[in-house]
Amino acid sequence: MSGDFTQRAPGALNDPTLRRNFRRAMDGLMTKRAAQFQDTAAWNALRARGAAVKARVVSKLPELLEQLEANCTANGITVHWAESTAEANAIVLEILQAAGAKKVIKGKSMVSEEMELNHYLGDHGIKAVESDLGEYIIQLAGEAPSHIVMPCIHKNKSEIAALFAEHIDGLGYTEDVDTLTAAARKALRNEFATADAGISGVNFAVAETGTLVLVENEGNGRLSTTLPPLHIALMGIEKLAETLEDIPPLLSLLPRSATGQAITTYVNMISSPRKPGEKDGPEQVHLVLLDSGRSRVYADEQLRDTLRCIRCGACMNHCPVYSRVGGHTYKFVYPGPIGKILTPQLEGLDCAGDQPHASTLCNACVEVCPVKIPIADLLVRLRGESVHSSDSPAVKGAGSRHNWREALVWRGWKFMYSHPLAYAAGAKVLSRLGNAIPDSAPMIREWTSVRNRPKFAGKTLHELVREEGYDHE
Amino acid sequence: MNNSATARANILARLKAAPRTAVPERPEWQPPVYDADERVNRFASVIEASHAEVYHTSADAWPALLAEVMQRHGLDSLMYAPGTVDGQQVATAWGTLEQAPALVPYDRPVEELKDTLVNGVAAGLTATRAAIAETGSLVLWPTAEEPRLMSLLPPVHVAVVRAETVVDTLAVLMASQHWAQQMPTNVVLVSGPSKTADIEQTLAYGVHGPKELIVLIVH
Repeated sequence: MSGDFTQRAPGALNDPTLRRNFRRAMDGLMTKRAAQFQDTAAWNALRARGAAVKARVVSKLPELLEQLEANCTANGITVHWAESTAEANAIVLEILQAAGAKKVIKGKSMVSEEMELNHYLGDHGIKAVESDLGEYIIQLAGEAPSHIVMPCIHKNKSEIAALFAEHIDGLGYTEDVDTLTAAARKALRNEFATADAGISGVNFAVAETGTLVLVENEGNGRLSTTLPPLHIALMGIEKLAETLEDIPPLLSLLPRSATGQAITTYVNMISSPRKPGEKDGPEQVHLVLLDSGRSRVYADEQLRDTLRCIRCGACMNHCPVYSRVGGHTYKFVYPGPIGKILTPQLEGLDCAGDQPHASTLCNACVEVCPVKIPIADLLVRLRGESVHSSDSPAVKGAGSRHNWREALVWRGWKFMYSHPLAYAAGAKVLSRLGNAIPDSAPMIREWTSVRNRPKFAGKTLHELVREEGYDHE
Repeated sequence: MNNSATARANILARLKAAPRTAVPERPEWQPPVYDADERVNRFASVIEASHAEVYHTSADAWPALLAEVMQRHGLDSLMYAPGTVDGQQVATAWGTLEQAPALVPYDRPVEELKDTLVNGVAAGLTATRAAIAETGSLVLWPTAEEPRLMSLLPPVHVAVVRAETVVDTLAVLMASQHWAQQMPTNVVLVSGPSKTADIEQTLAYGVHGPKELIVLIVH
């Protein structure tokens, strides 16, 4: 079996601290989001607009990327293209080495997590310091984010207090959140002041104006993109907005869906490096456009809806699976429902083929998605692709979970259900002998490992109905 | 960079080879509209709810009020922009006061002023291009005279908002001021002091940016 979500899940499910940390956080986030969208008519109109705005981006993606590049270049931003995360890392390293940079300060960026950039830079003698408080905490702990918006949501106060006491000089153990926050501010202030470059993500890149929009609450995004002399922004090739006018509805959807805030404390709109006469801001701004499988996904008209995502995380906050197993169980960068459709497409069904199965198809994610990504449909599609070889060039590793025994059973099932005589005969046999099939039989074994096995009735429904005097004609 | 050119060609070729789908229309969506006489109050109450401290004042009185507020907060220095109208007004007005915080001009590039900015000044004063009633946001439009970091590095940010510049929404503002034709180096919307909820979803202020935000609404 590819991937090992199934093997990791029990560990998470049996960890009461992790369960409690996630339960509390998810309940809070769901309540706050719901308070933002109480007016159903307004939510429906806004969401329809947001979905259309992002669907337009997807439908015009190659042209908009060219337009973005042209406008950024005209504004003085240097644009780079990377087909793979390895190429993106090499580009970042080359820019940093050309500038003689030894230390970079980072704003939050999920693309940099995809690239495992910190690790790569460290191997090449460049220190990368995370400045988002949550990212800073997990960097100290040597862990990966467990949520795309709130990276250290799996940790509670006492775990963080112990971590800070260990890593921050002069700070003893304290669970006071203000003291912990002040300690991080102090530790990171100096890193900001001495960093040679800042690295950030991008929430929306506006093709019309060549503007990079970045939302955040802490001010670390502003600092990373203003104080150091060099700014490198990283984005997936899908994170575009067509026009500046498209930004207000997207901004009205993103923070409200993500954290239940009407707006983030800061919304940065960066359109160029420091101009002559200006007294601050980076002298150089670079934008790295990362493909890493996205253009392959784009080849499929249905699957490309995945590329609408604005990374709000509402799908994971509302997911009954994610909220119980937490982000690390998924192992890949993007957890939860969006991860379950994105990861197998970017990485391939051959290595992440179990992810689309880690879902009950309850549709909670679909109901809250601010850009109406049909996540459940895509999960079903990918489940199918994982067992059938596919005509679509978009699906890497299609058919990798094919199992002849399962295929044979389904073929038999299909035959029975489309041939009345075979159905009648098959049902009769199963009603007499079905209960004699041992629990350890293949497929029954997997099915009954987490379920009670239903018992076959002694007679089929058709037989019972006929005994009651009804004739099926 | 040669690699990047190859990557660009390959990525665009793949995207362009994919089947085209219809471009959907943007369905009707109206951002909220407020009564003209409610607008400023709404702005003030929303930004106050986001932990800002709001004062209503007048075109002549605000510099003296600011000096008083800063003294009350124990803030002994203010970074200001000597080239702006507001900067000049505060400098002139404070020159006549018996007791006023020290004024520190942002008059040279950050490279020469880093220490002062990072550790050496208690507050920073900026004007605002507009303010937004819907979300309680300040619109900062930094310039050569009024740089970006003065609203970010000092522990307290003081923003002067002219009541007549308060608009309903960002959408209305962008359209009426034709932003798409004139985006500056940097625009930032500010909706409260710097904050985080990364530790157990408990709000804490001043994680990287200002701990306090003081808004002077000039009527």
